[in-house]
Amino acid sequence: MNGKDLQAPAFPDGRLERDQPKWRRDFPIDVEADEYGARRDFTKFLVLTSLAFACGQIWIVFLSLFRGRQPAEQRIAAITDLEIGEAVSFHYPTDRDPCLLIRQSDDVFLAYSSQCTHLMCPVRPDLAHNRLHCPCHEGYFDATTGQPTAGPPRRPLPRIHLRIDRGIVYATDVEERAS
Amino acid sequence: MPVPHDYLFFIDPNRCIGCESCVQACSECDTHKGHSMIHLEFMNRRESPQSVPVVCMHCDSPTCAEVCPADAIKRTEDGVVQTARKPRCIACNNCVLACPFGVPKMNTREELMMKCDMCYDRTSEGKRPMCATVCPSQALFFGTQAEIDRLRPRSRAINDFQFGQQKIHTKVRMMVPHDAAIAHIDVVDAMCADMGEDDPMLSAAVCSLPIVSKT
Repeated sequence: MNGKDLQAPAFPDGRLERDQPKWRRDFPIDVEADEYGARRDFTKFLVLTSLAFACGQIWIVFLSLFRGRQPAEQRIAAITDLEIGEAVSFHYPTDRDPCLLIRQSDDVFLAYSSQCTHLMCPVRPDLAHNRLHCPCHEGYFDATTGQPTAGPPRRPLPRIHLRIDRGIVYATDVEERAS
Repeated sequence: MPVPHDYLFFIDPNRCIGCESCVQACSECDTHKGHSMIHLEFMNRRESPQSVPVVCMHCDSPTCAEVCPADAIKRTEDGVVQTARKPRCIACNNCVLACPFGVPKMNTREELMMKCDMCYDRTSEGKRPMCATVCPSQALFFGTQAEIDRLRPRSRAINDFQFGQQKIHTKVRMMVPHDAAIAHIDVVDAMCADMGEDDPMLSAAVCSLPIVSKT
């Protein structure tokens, strides 16, 4: 046997290498070709994975185009619906975002997202102590600022900007705040 | 490092004295301790003391690798067919049944086909295979074609075989008398003719095998 013999291996059906079915190229007998195939598979995997990552990045860019938009204004309640020291829940900007509207005094209205910034449990108003209480892990937020005062939450509650027009309270924007 | 191309393995059954040195030496090897990869076959124990050492012939188109459903049997660049790859071998025994020389062995405990790899750890470093180093009559010889031509002028080396419809070209050479004509025998036919009335059960089992295609 010499090197020349090895370059043209015999196949059981006696035909040439180029006439062999595709599976022979996929499952070669020679170690070198087998490793080449494995390398090729690995390269294919790398290319496809990077492509998937690139598509994911484009998708994120696409989403962020819409994220920046200011949500539409929404009517929450009339001033007369709330007594001082009362709270009412509403959803803003979508039906999946529960919020709380608090009337602290005659003309001070405050609204926060009612999802605790720890694990998204709904917070309950505890306005007798001027605070919001998360019952899941005993978290407390200051009702005036939305800042966490006790328990596991570290970030303040997202604040809902309000506009009062002719006795009606409207939500206009959501302000996400960092700790 | 590959096995040097001019170094070839020669089997010379005429010189075999059946001492089993090769079998013992093979099973001493650290890569498969306790398992001999060489078979010492007796042609017809009742009639003749003729024995044949069988090592892997390292075919150009290895039947064992052709039939492997798990893509486990590979041949290195120097034409040496290796033992099945452990992570791939599924112990299906296809290679054991398919090899025309009856070389592969199934190690059922390890679930791994093991076969003669021409002592790849030795030959790839320029040493001779273990069996060839211990054979007292040099029925197993590892060297160049020029060496064997000089040492054994009355023999010649063949590496073309035919089993039924299958033509096989091997890396390992078989020494035959210089002037002898090469006769190809269909193995199953020969077995049937040989067995005859001896053992009706066995001959029925072997000779009535269904033949799927006869092109």
